[in-house]
Amino acid sequence: MPSQEDYRFKIANREALIGVGLAVINFVWWFAFAYGLGSRPPEEYSYILGLPSWFFYSCIGGFVLIAALVTFVVKVFFVEVPLEDEGRGDRS
Amino acid sequence: MNIAVIIPLVVFLVIIFGVGFLASRSLTKSDQDFMQDYFLGGRQLGGFILAMTMIATYGSASSFIGGPGVAYNEGFGWVLLAMAQVASGYFVLMILGKKFAIMARRYNAVTLTDYLKGRYQSKWVVLIAAFSIIIFLFSAMAAQWVGGARLIESLTGLNYTSALFIFALSVLIYVVIGGFKAVALTDMIQGVVMVGGTLILLIATIIAGGGITNIMADLTAENPSLITPFGAEDSLTPSYVSSFWILVGVAVVGLPQVTVRAMSYKSSRAMHRALIIGTFVVGFIMLNMHLIGVFARPILPGIEVGDTVIPLIALEVLPAWVAGVVLAAPMAAIMSTVDSLLLLVSSSVVKDIYVNYVKPDASYRRIKRMSFGVTAILGILVFLMALNPPDLLIWLNLFAFGGLEATFIWPVVMGLYWKTGNKYGALSSMVVGIGSYIIIDVFYTSLFGLHSVFFPVILSFIAYVTISLATKNLALNDYSEQQKMEGSL
Repeated sequence: MPSQEDYRFKIANREALIGVGLAVINFVWWFAFAYGLGSRPPEEYSYILGLPSWFFYSCIGGFVLIAALVTFVVKVFFVEVPLEDEGRGDRS
Repeated sequence: MNIAVIIPLVVFLVIIFGVGFLASRSLTKSDQDFMQDYFLGGRQLGGFILAMTMIATYGSASSFIGGPGVAYNEGFGWVLLAMAQVASGYFVLMILGKKFAIMARRYNAVTLTDYLKGRYQSKWVVLIAAFSIIIFLFSAMAAQWVGGARLIESLTGLNYTSALFIFALSVLIYVVIGGFKAVALTDMIQGVVMVGGTLILLIATIIAGGGITNIMADLTAENPSLITPFGAEDSLTPSYVSSFWILVGVAVVGLPQVTVRAMSYKSSRAMHRALIIGTFVVGFIMLNMHLIGVFARPILPGIEVGDTVIPLIALEVLPAWVAGVVLAAPMAAIMSTVDSLLLLVSSSVVKDIYVNYVKPDASYRRIKRMSFGVTAILGILVFLMALNPPDLLIWLNLFAFGGLEATFIWPVVMGLYWKTGNKYGALSSMVVGIGSYIIIDVFYTSLFGLHSVFFPVILSFIAYVTISLATKNLALNDYSEQQKMEGSL
């Protein structure tokens, strides 16, 4: 049994924090564009690709942004670790 | 009613059965680990399957049938709300992440309840967890069965009872035989069908409506509020819509059917792939299915039962046989959700209650027979309940969602990251979560304009932290045990 805090848990903690950070960014973006641009009366809406601009930025833009961010952080910051415990694994 | 629609659907179901049978043959080979295999697929899921099985489980009747139906009535505001679900694509796996997978292996946990048992070492935590899984997942399952039957009903013109019977039979045969591995494998096929079907239906709907600009003009002419974020009657407030971020976005971490998948993957590489694929696919499906619901409005005005919008629009804008293939997508979603819920409830009965507390020395053969038997009996019970369904499909489903989240989110998340958390904290958090959720949902519907899951999630957090701190001295033994398990003493 390791005597130090398992090094994998430090990695896991950091990745969990990244998850929280992404969700915050996602929410702020989604909220700001939806209600920032969408609170005007509908006659004043501008359109992008036929869709109201609030919807385009908030939902479509937000989705593309977050999908790109997830890909980026996973590729760059996420570390591969073994999941089984050596020597005390429940089954190999 | 329409042979050209039914044939592709039947072919699809047959393929699914085939996979189930194949998976069940590989199941009988590895005898001693029946429980791990039947309920967890032996922790061998790769990245693509993991992503698809999470989405297929989660993207259920409410996202394919109920959700687009509401979007049809509410307009773009509901699409905005649905997009909160994108977060579930990455949040669950990142938060539970590797630590959950590692600890689940240490505790030898096969279900969420196993994990809680390993973490808190308390009979009462286990019993309350199993109890709430059985009650709430039962309602969730009933909602899915109603959705599946409604779909078959609107496709075939059969009456509701026969439709439900066909649906129930096909689900049961296949879950009872195949177990988790069959479910995960077919989830993958179903996930692929969902993505393809969504794309085809979206394109056909836009063409039928004469292009997006045209559809937008029709919507604005009918009711300008349909294209605002506030819903058809300006009743969707920002705070209400935002509170769905908890219900369908971040608190999904507490759903047992989702967490069980977060302990089933093979390696951290699989998890990384699942994160990326999952985020793309869940966003794609949620965005487009709900958009289809809105776009269907000018094409087919005056649909009264929201649940029938998607089947009807598919039959309207697509050639019959393509409609059959595309409608296999929601069928796939519903079936795979039901499959895994059924499996979860039966694992709760067999593993969490029977093996833990009724007959710990039960033989392997006995457990195996119990697993098949309980799964079948549960299926029949749900069938009886769905025979006379409540009208509000989504309500039933979301009620179950909220209840499970309020129960489990903090015992799971805090149990993972906060060492001081103990069984008293977990217990009070679960009781406060369930209790306050039921009270708020039944008596107030929405408090301060927020969804009823909002306050229970906060209250159960407070309960967890304060009670854990207050009982710190009572649980010193548990604390050091826990430190040992985490390897930090």
